[in-house]
Amino acid sequence: MMRFLLLFSRQGKLRLQKWFTAMTDREKKKIIREMTTIVLARQPRSCNFLQWKDLKIIYKRYASLYFCLGVENQENELLALEVIHRYVELLDKYFGNVCELDIIFNFEKAYFILDEFLMGGEIQETSKQIVNRAIESSDMLQEDDHSEWYEVELFGP
Amino acid sequence: MPAPIRLRELIRTIRTARTQAEEREMIQKECAAIRSSFREEDNTYRCRNVAKLLYMHMLGYPAHFGQLECLKLIASQKFTDKRIGYLGAMLLLDERQDVHLLMTNCIKNDLNHSTQYVQGLALCTLGCMGSSEMCRDLAGEVEKLLKTSNSYLRKKAALCAVHVIRKVPELMEMFLPATKNLLSEKNHGVLHTSVVLLTEMCERSPDMLAHFRKLVPQLVRILKNLIMSGYSPEHDVSGISDPFLQVRILRLLRILGKNDDDSSEAMNDILAQVATNTETSKNVGNAILYETVLTIMDIKSESGLRVLAINILGRFLLNNDKNIRYVALTSLLKTVQTDHNAVQRHRSTIVDCLKDLDVSIKRRAMELSFALVNGNNIRGMMKELLYFLDSCDPEFKADCASGVFLAAEKYAPSKRWHIDTIMRVLTTAGSYVRDDSVPNLIQLITNSVEMHAYTVQRLYKALLDDISQQPLVQVASWCIGEYGDLLVSGQCEEEEPIQVTEDEVLDVLEGLLVSNLSTPVTRGYALTAIMKLSTRFSSVNRIKKVVSIYGSSIDVELQQRAVEYNALFKKYDHMRSALLERMPIMEKTASNGPTEIVQTNGETEPSVVEPKHPPPVTQPTNQATDLLDLLGGNDMVSVIQTTVPTKPASAGGELLDLLGDLSLSGIPPITAYNKNGLKIDFTFERANPNPNIAVITIHASNSTETDMTDFVFQAAVPKTFQLQLLSPSSNVVPALNQGTVTQVIRVLNPQKQQLRMRIKLTYTHRGSAVQDLAEVNNFPPQSWQ
Repeated sequence: MMRFLLLFSRQGKLRLQKWFTAMTDREKKKIIREMTTIVLARQPRSCNFLQWKDLKIIYKRYASLYFCLGVENQENELLALEVIHRYVELLDKYFGNVCELDIIFNFEKAYFILDEFLMGGEIQETSKQIVNRAIESSDMLQEDDHSEWYEVELFGP
Repeated sequence: MPAPIRLRELIRTIRTARTQAEEREMIQKECAAIRSSFREEDNTYRCRNVAKLLYMHMLGYPAHFGQLECLKLIASQKFTDKRIGYLGAMLLLDERQDVHLLMTNCIKNDLNHSTQYVQGLALCTLGCMGSSEMCRDLAGEVEKLLKTSNSYLRKKAALCAVHVIRKVPELMEMFLPATKNLLSEKNHGVLHTSVVLLTEMCERSPDMLAHFRKLVPQLVRILKNLIMSGYSPEHDVSGISDPFLQVRILRLLRILGKNDDDSSEAMNDILAQVATNTETSKNVGNAILYETVLTIMDIKSESGLRVLAINILGRFLLNNDKNIRYVALTSLLKTVQTDHNAVQRHRSTIVDCLKDLDVSIKRRAMELSFALVNGNNIRGMMKELLYFLDSCDPEFKADCASGVFLAAEKYAPSKRWHIDTIMRVLTTAGSYVRDDSVPNLIQLITNSVEMHAYTVQRLYKALLDDISQQPLVQVASWCIGEYGDLLVSGQCEEEEPIQVTEDEVLDVLEGLLVSNLSTPVTRGYALTAIMKLSTRFSSVNRIKKVVSIYGSSIDVELQQRAVEYNALFKKYDHMRSALLERMPIMEKTASNGPTEIVQTNGETEPSVVEPKHPPPVTQPTNQATDLLDLLGGNDMVSVIQTTVPTKPASAGGELLDLLGDLSLSGIPPITAYNKNGLKIDFTFERANPNPNIAVITIHASNSTETDMTDFVFQAAVPKTFQLQLLSPSSNVVPALNQGTVTQVIRVLNPQKQQLRMRIKLTYTHRGSAVQDLAEVNNFPPQSWQ
């Protein structure tokens, strides 16, 4: 299973954190610190995998954001790269040419999308369309709420 | 009270902060506003406030005061509230907070909600961070949803079930009925999560594994359809249909096929098909190939398939993509034990990877290179590895040096080569060598008697060049102390002997004592070396002077040594030459590696893999007096150190049956005891150079139909002997001779008397405790003569 997914900028600022196992705040902060240090220190054309304690770390940079996935040892690293790529594609479809700012200002949407794609450290849905449709429908439900605080902007075609 | 500012506006504002202090100030101000808003129990803006809190939490600020608010949001009727509430619960709450249990009721209600997206939120939250109590309470609901026809909910329920099983393994049984027709689903999401669920169940329970083996044909069919089907836009990734599902199925097949001939045969064809037909131009195809290779290697595949797999890995090694090379090296490392010869064929490619620029690849290549070293390729491999040691990053040097030492110890073609290799490591990576290497090396040098002169000469020359590398200096000082006489008399045969005087040697050693580069440990070595030379050199007065100076050293260790050596000069001079005599050959202790030390010269296969015997743990021997009483006599004295097994009961099944390989010593084994289905054989070794110690290994086997548990073996020997009992491999003797319990006994027999032994056996069999005594008198004469 996957243990965590972190998104951070080139300056080490955290943009998203998803933890798939129970951990204290202190442990989480420590892992975040270590991941950002280790990944940001890697040479530009290195391999995307490294071993950290008893976990495999798979990371990939998309524009100004680093996607860092920590998985257990029996997981397939090459497939993990595809998982990261799939998540980026989903974000891209939703936000339309996604960039870091989209994720900063709409972090809760990034989480909602992630929660339709992954769950409990495993892949939940392998079809892009189904994930997109689920998010769109949930967004429309919010519209029905007439909730005071939320301005719904429907993204995508 | 004005409306709380919107989330996006807050984010914008915080981002304008130019310093950390400014940001902190903004956050504190907003937190205060949010807190008072919470106090006012404002329903309208709660959602907005919690969202802002979550943002601040991501920046690293405390947000615990929002936890209860999340619960209130979850309980709200509005979907927006629930969405943020559940998100907040996943981010802020975890099983450590008592508060989280309050969620259980809300989740239960939402699991039965009329809107599937609400049900989805509940399932997701439960499946990500549900505690064991929550899982226990809600497992029934999850099980219900696992049987629904709504595929959106069914897939989420499946993963939620996985989480429940991980948290509360005992609940696994209750999900069994629902798994009945999971694989007949057409929906890929459900299929994928079902395979994950089945995998989890099979990994945790051998019964489940046996039960689900019948699914192999169905899984093979699904996989075949995925490969053969045409383009499916919904699941296509670079021309491959649903690679995520393919990989997951391959992994489940791996688990089902392991150790099972029938299942393995049923999947041979599909594996061959995937291995040959998958498009390898993109990463996604290689991901599938990688998983296929892992599966082929783990199941009982036919040899042709295995060769295909290793060749795929070999091709991976030549791929331009670093990730693929890394993955290949990792997999080869896993298979090198079982398919050693096949991997050897790729040795040169692997060695080339040592020169790769990528750190991760270098590390893997290094580990794999060490695994491939054997008696045939040792010279060539060592050249490459030493070259690697010279040029690699410091983070590798310690591991590489240790690896070189281990490999050299196992496969050195000659003593001279061995010493040269050690010298090379000490001089090039001397500061990175592990501390425990120093005593190991000293032991090795001591035991290579004919190389003493050569060794001390080379070490001396190395010292002249460089005294900064402590392990090198320590080993060198020790050798000079021991063999300084050989150095000065110029007795070296292996190379041109150098001319060096006693004074020059003492200059060097004294130099070590005063140098800033020497650690206290090194200084200790140097001082002792100087002292030893007092019996080997003639310039005793100089040595006396040095020793007395250090009698007032600030370093307590040095001071103590110097004072004692001084005393040796003054009061015990008559004992000095005996005390400082040449060290005798030291007994070889177990190496750190998993394989037994075998001095091979040309052996192609690494020697038999045996688990290391754990060192003896002394415990109060109150059992010893029991045994004495039982034996009744005064002529039997036992020095027993009976120990509790330090290994988990692995029933000796992994231990190779040593009765099949007795050529170690040429002493025939004996059956010491054979009664009621329990048979105990003794095998003998003279593995260590002390001829007075007999090393006996007992092998206990059980031919009855039930296991013998709590098995304890005790022994007593006559007064003239001494006995030491090491830890047993386990305390369960498995039924029907499925394995043996082994235990090592060491008997010291200085008077070379005929070996006799009384043994006492206790174990539990078929529910009752059994105890028996016996005398062993049939020891073969070679074991004690």
